Amino acid sequence: MTPRRDDTVEDHLDRAMREDAPRILSVLASRFGDLDLADEAVQDAMVEAARTWPDDGVPPNVGGWLMTTARRRAQDRLRSTRRAQDRLASSATHLEELREAPDVRLTDMIDEPDNDDTADERLRLLLLCCHPALNVDAQVALTLRLIGGLTTPEIAAAFLIPEATLAQRIVRAKGKIRTAGIPLSLPDELTDRLSAVLAVLYLIFNEGYLAHDEAKGSIRTDLVDEAIRLTRLVGRLAPGEPEPAGLLALELFHRSRQASRVDALGDLVLLDDQDRTSWDRHAIAEANRVLAQAMALMRPGPYQVQAMIASHHANAPTAQDTDWLMISSLYAQLDAMVDSSVVRLNRAVAVAMTDGPLAGLEMLGHITDLEDYHLFWATRGELSRRAKRDDDARDAFGRALDLVPNAAERRHLERRLAALG
Amino acid sequence: MDYLIINHSVEVEGEGPAPGTPEFQEMMGRWMAYNQMLIDNGHWIGGASLTPSAAATSVAKSGESVTVTDGPFAETKEQIGGYYVIKADDLDEAIRLATAMPADDVVFEIRPIAFRPDA
Repeated sequence: MTPRRDDTVEDHLDRAMREDAPRILSVLASRFGDLDLADEAVQDAMVEAARTWPDDGVPPNVGGWLMTTARRRAQDRLRSTRRAQDRLASSATHLEELREAPDVRLTDMIDEPDNDDTADERLRLLLLCCHPALNVDAQVALTLRLIGGLTTPEIAAAFLIPEATLAQRIVRAKGKIRTAGIPLSLPDELTDRLSAVLAVLYLIFNEGYLAHDEAKGSIRTDLVDEAIRLTRLVGRLAPGEPEPAGLLALELFHRSRQASRVDALGDLVLLDDQDRTSWDRHAIAEANRVLAQAMALMRPGPYQVQAMIASHHANAPTAQDTDWLMISSLYAQLDAMVDSSVVRLNRAVAVAMTDGPLAGLEMLGHITDLEDYHLFWATRGELSRRAKRDDDARDAFGRALDLVPNAAERRHLERRLAALG
Repeated sequence: MDYLIINHSVEVEGEGPAPGTPEFQEMMGRWMAYNQMLIDNGHWIGGASLTPSAAATSVAKSGESVTVTDGPFAETKEQIGGYYVIKADDLDEAIRLATAMPADDVVFEIRPIAFRPDA
């Protein structure tokens, strides 16, 4: 990236870590066919940058400098380690290729921030990080570190887990990649693998979005922003696929009302009661635009449908203007696409808005596997209250209170229960 | 890389077509075709179909003590029905080869092989 004049060396290092390092890593991992080697080499290059830039100044072409440094480090490591012996034999063709390709070409390739010459390599690495043969925790950790360019301490702090645990998780995941032979390849059928990537990104988003514990706020890397940044990236890397745009729209709709979700005391504010003038109109406008582009591809998917539901809420001038009939039919579509009791729970809420609370309660009666989910009981409490079944409502709110995971939602439920008298 | 593919499935007594019937021939034909595909494409190392777990014997050895008992190691609903040892470029290819097997309602456990003395 082109350095900006007013930035401190630290700013440049941060940006290099977040923007350039992941791109260089994906190129080197593909070239050498060795993720560990590439990762170590890129980290070496970042250490070298932190050591020399303060005195020597930031190089004019940061990406090129990092690429050259990391590639040299990778070759040094290949030569000097014992395991290099057999690797050199197997990657001899790669090395030949590198020798033939002048530095200029490789460095040019990563000079432009949005240069799509590296798109294939980056997509390969992203698919590797989210390979279904890795457990979901490992997928999240690898994606944030190798694609997002976050450090291990940053990720550990964001997820409130000990740094050693996270570091161990990454080591284990890399071990599995190596021993199980998980490849850096582009599958013929991209859609399924991409949906695993999007699931990881939505998980990261929700981890940030649903974190209401005020004490955590200051130290948490903003996972909401990080998830949105990475979702945009996936959209650029797989431009023919509509679902990344669907997820991006969904995330933007959610974020547009993030500020009004919680009041000054840290209590939850229901959608109906939120101050709609405080919603981020800019984010909503972008989400509308992104969603329209996705839908123009005429290949609906779960994220696009969820984004459409969110768009009906986001674009309704008042709570009374909400088109519940449309939302209810969108939930029916979603229900047909994904087998999820949580979707059916939400569908019951929408149905209760159009056909009355008894119709909603009837749908809830068919959901059998959410007994441990506080929102199932909270919903049942709320619909029972509207149906004037106060005893049922009290019981259900009581069950919800036993299960509620955080203070803000607890206070909310206590208020609902108290209102029943 | 070399991989072991273990087929786990629920054992149902008297399941599947009886030997000698056209259905049995047809089933065997599909397995033979699959095996031939592995051989023709250089994936084949070995493999076998097993008798039902009722024929299994477990032998526990610890120091000098040897205990022989009737039955498979794990008394689970799913049992090992067969295995393959194959050569594949990477895990994705191993997964593709496993799922190409003419078997249904089955869980394949895919384990990379660390060392084969005959390789």
